[in-house]
Amino acid sequence: MIVTPTWYLVLAAALFSIGAVGMLVRRNVIVMFMCVELMLNAVNLTFVTFSKTLNDLSGQVAVFFVLVVAAAEVAIGLALIVAIFRRRHTGTTADDISELRG
Amino acid sequence: MNPLGVASIVTPGVDWLGVAPVALLALAAIGIVLQRSILRRASVAYPSALIVAAVGIILSAVALIAQWHRVQTDGSYTTLSKMVAVDGFSIFIGGVVLVATACSVLLASRYLDRERLDGPEYLALMLLSASGMLAMASANDLIAVFVALEIVSIPLYVLVAYDRRRSTSLEAGMKYFLLGAFASAVFLYGVALTYGATGSTGLVGIANYLSEVTLLERGTLLAGLVLMLVGLGFKVAAAPFHMWTPDVYQGAPTPVTAFMASATKAAAFAALIRILYTALGGSSSDWRPLLWVLAVLSLLVGSIGAVIQTDVKRMLAYSSINHAGFILIGVQAGTIKGVSSALTYLAIYAFLAVGSFAIVGVVAGRGDADSDLERFKGLSSRRTGLSWAFTLLLLAQAGVPLTAGFIAKFGVFSAAAGAGGTSYVLALIGMLTAAIAAFVYLRIAATMFTPAGEGDQVLASSKVDLGTGIVIWFSCALTIVIGVAPGFLLGLAERATLLFLR
Repeated sequence: MIVTPTWYLVLAAALFSIGAVGMLVRRNVIVMFMCVELMLNAVNLTFVTFSKTLNDLSGQVAVFFVLVVAAAEVAIGLALIVAIFRRRHTGTTADDISELRG
Repeated sequence: MNPLGVASIVTPGVDWLGVAPVALLALAAIGIVLQRSILRRASVAYPSALIVAAVGIILSAVALIAQWHRVQTDGSYTTLSKMVAVDGFSIFIGGVVLVATACSVLLASRYLDRERLDGPEYLALMLLSASGMLAMASANDLIAVFVALEIVSIPLYVLVAYDRRRSTSLEAGMKYFLLGAFASAVFLYGVALTYGATGSTGLVGIANYLSEVTLLERGTLLAGLVLMLVGLGFKVAAAPFHMWTPDVYQGAPTPVTAFMASATKAAAFAALIRILYTALGGSSSDWRPLLWVLAVLSLLVGSIGAVIQTDVKRMLAYSSINHAGFILIGVQAGTIKGVSSALTYLAIYAFLAVGSFAIVGVVAGRGDADSDLERFKGLSSRRTGLSWAFTLLLLAQAGVPLTAGFIAKFGVFSAAAGAGGTSYVLALIGMLTAAIAAFVYLRIAATMFTPAGEGDQVLASSKVDLGTGIVIWFSCALTIVIGVAPGFLLGLAERATLLFLR
């Protein structure tokens, strides 16, 4: 059985979909946040696979940029969650955080 | 070959003038953070941070003007191995972003004191975000677009949640962060698929590949296009990806809202236009119908959504979605005229939005407590000048002739009519929604001129400080000047579009 690049692309698409669906379905802010990270890593897998099949390095370079950006997002996201938790002392689900509506 | 036997790496040449506007803003931001760590006393640190910010913005503007003159004589060019394009388009958007940033800094100058927020960090974040916007306007590679998008977004997440003591601000920050990160991931997946389909992330590389090769299966490219549109649709606040807009605009500190509505929208539209026209210009029959749908939905959701709101900030948020729809009318025309009309619209909307939110910030008072429509009741008797200024800006947003808003709307309509076919229908829908939106603007204006009744609570609004005053005067003056004599701006936008690098 030969593992072709298509397998990786399908795996990445599946991971991305899990992340996207999780983002829409789950209500816990931290889990939603993890879903975004899953989506970003699925994109990384896609980039690397295409980079391999196209025999072109720029896809792998892109992965480094994505990693750095994801790290910066983690820093900001967790800081926001901590700030909200300190302010409210309640749960941090998306349903708790819903003063603004209309 | 060096002694290690490794081929030496050829580093790309840098045209320093080409990257100067971005670099100077980023340097000013870093300078503010540094001087903050040296000057501990807030009474010293904040004024000096304001000076550094002003110097950064002015130097960046000077660099943009130098670029403009160079592009006029030598033509557009790219630098940093084709990652950065310096052309009329990037300079025009850069100018809009800088003006909007300067206005937002002016709005914030007293606001931060009033709300007892840390000043220097706020300015540093705003300048960083603005530098990302300038980078976005000239990004000529999908990876560069993504990195610039994140440089714009990450400081904005913090700015929206900046008022940490106010739970609505935190909530708005959280919502913007989660949806923004989601949109970035979706956009990035689109980039990856486009890269897979064409073998390049450079916009010009993609265009060259698509013009030479007939794709056997277009599915990957189309999926990439759709995902990129979804991601950028979030950033420009186009329906159906607008859900965050009202909440975030309402919860964010008002100067940040003004910044988001004007500068962020311009930068995100710049990236959208550049990707569609440069990289996918040959397959406009694929993206024009998609933009058509986005435009119709934004127009309808923006105007109808605004009608049922009772909070002025939320009304203006929905009107911003409506305006995104109008700009999309220009973009989807797929013509040179379409691009220049979209540029004109972005420039005009930028100062209309900044001025409107400046006034809302004054009326809402300390802590952005209450921007409910009730609070505007009888404003004309308490604050005659302010209510007339707001009326003028609202009429301009509605597109009344002899105001700048009319020039903007007229531009996109005539571009759509020029493109013909389905664009014509779109222009008609646009006019219809403009009428619905006009009802909202008139409702706000009428409330201001209704005397407050006996039972109505009249709450003290804040004073108009110097910075806010300048912004309001500036936007009102431009509204009338451009409304009466639009030639200069139209000529600038046209010239910028002609120098659009493809």
